Amino acid sequence: MEKTPHPEIPEIWRWLSEVPDPEIPVISLTDLGIIRGVEWREDTLVVTVTPTYSGCPATTIINLDIEKALRDRGIEKLRLERRLSPPWTTDWLTEEGREKLRAYGVAPPIDGTAADGRLAGRISRLTAGGANFAVACPRCGSTNTGKVSQFGSTPCKASYRCKDCLEPFDYFKCI
Amino acid sequence: MTTRTQDPAAEPSAHRDAFVDWLQRMGDNCLILGHRASEWCGHSPALEEDIALANQALDLIGQCQFWLGLAAEVEGKGRTADQIAYLRDAGAFRNALLVERPNVDFGQTLMRQFLFDAWHMEILRKLKSSSDPRVAEIAAKAEKEVAYHLERSADLVIRLGDGSAESRARMEKALKALFPYTGELFTDDAVDQAMAAAGIAPLPSSLKAGWDSTVSAVLEEATLAHPGEVWQHKGGKRGVHSEHLGYILAEMQFLQRAYPGAVW
Repeated sequence: MEKTPHPEIPEIWRWLSEVPDPEIPVISLTDLGIIRGVEWREDTLVVTVTPTYSGCPATTIINLDIEKALRDRGIEKLRLERRLSPPWTTDWLTEEGREKLRAYGVAPPIDGTAADGRLAGRISRLTAGGANFAVACPRCGSTNTGKVSQFGSTPCKASYRCKDCLEPFDYFKCI
Repeated sequence: MTTRTQDPAAEPSAHRDAFVDWLQRMGDNCLILGHRASEWCGHSPALEEDIALANQALDLIGQCQFWLGLAAEVEGKGRTADQIAYLRDAGAFRNALLVERPNVDFGQTLMRQFLFDAWHMEILRKLKSSSDPRVAEIAAKAEKEVAYHLERSADLVIRLGDGSAESRARMEKALKALFPYTGELFTDDAVDQAMAAAGIAPLPSSLKAGWDSTVSAVLEEATLAHPGEVWQHKGGKRGVHSEHLGYILAEMQFLQRAYPGAVW
């Protein structure tokens, strides 16, 4: 029997770019930046995935979705590996992913604004209104916005409101 | 190299036991505080706070899965993180007494979270350079989430401490009630010494100065008086717990106790 060649790696990346995030289906797993590697080891396809937020219930679903997408394309020997290091950061969201988020009504993360735990230097900003940097309202674009809560409806979101168009909105939680 | 060990096999096994014990301390702190935070689900003073506490609980329980998962791996007896979490009795838990303190009110819940977050940040920062890469990578992952937790808890301690007469009185009371449970986080015992000698973890006592500088800065901003040196409770990390832990476990482990081995 003739051996069928393995699907090419870029082709597999393209398939994975069509798998939506289970919580925010407008962005894909590759937009999120959580697929860290795709490679053939002998006859087995190894996909390396890094978790987003430690307790995120979507992690299991994401693994199932990856498995399903690849099996549907005829991949039989498949292994998913978890990689913690380097830890995932919202800075890894793709430009395209950020635009999709904005269009969906979620303000995308602002790079380099994740909390760093060096509290002493941040206290003045904390007391001046919750370490608030200009998060633009995804609806009207105004930066006259305020934080309602550092957390939101899923582990990846914080709650904000726009003081101009008065709409509440989600901001992607920066880590 | 000189060694006092008579049986050559005894030393690695003693090291392994200490490592497992220490990993359970890390995991149990996350698990029990995560459970306490989750008790607010549906009861918080505001919807946003309810959501925040539930999310923070989720982060902590996620981190607990990493620590207890590694404990199970190092132990090598075929147990899983779930089995360690659900099939142990109070005496086998290694969390600090601070995290099992009851929620009481929103003020005490936040003060407990802040005092813990400040410690958690210190230890995770050091653990990123652990000699064990598995420990270092869990720490690097958790550190990002804990920095976020610390920012929130510090912000609220400041706002409530420097807030209304009522919120201030509650925060003063919370600090007085909880501060005597913080000392245990900085005591060194044989397990800690073994971990420090192996380069796996810092000595708890070495974290005190960094913690104190965070706590002092936030308390000052919150206009709350630092309690200073007060008598400190201890016991949790060697399995001597308050009566509260039993009640937590009765609820947390109910399913596995009622239906042993249940899975879905």
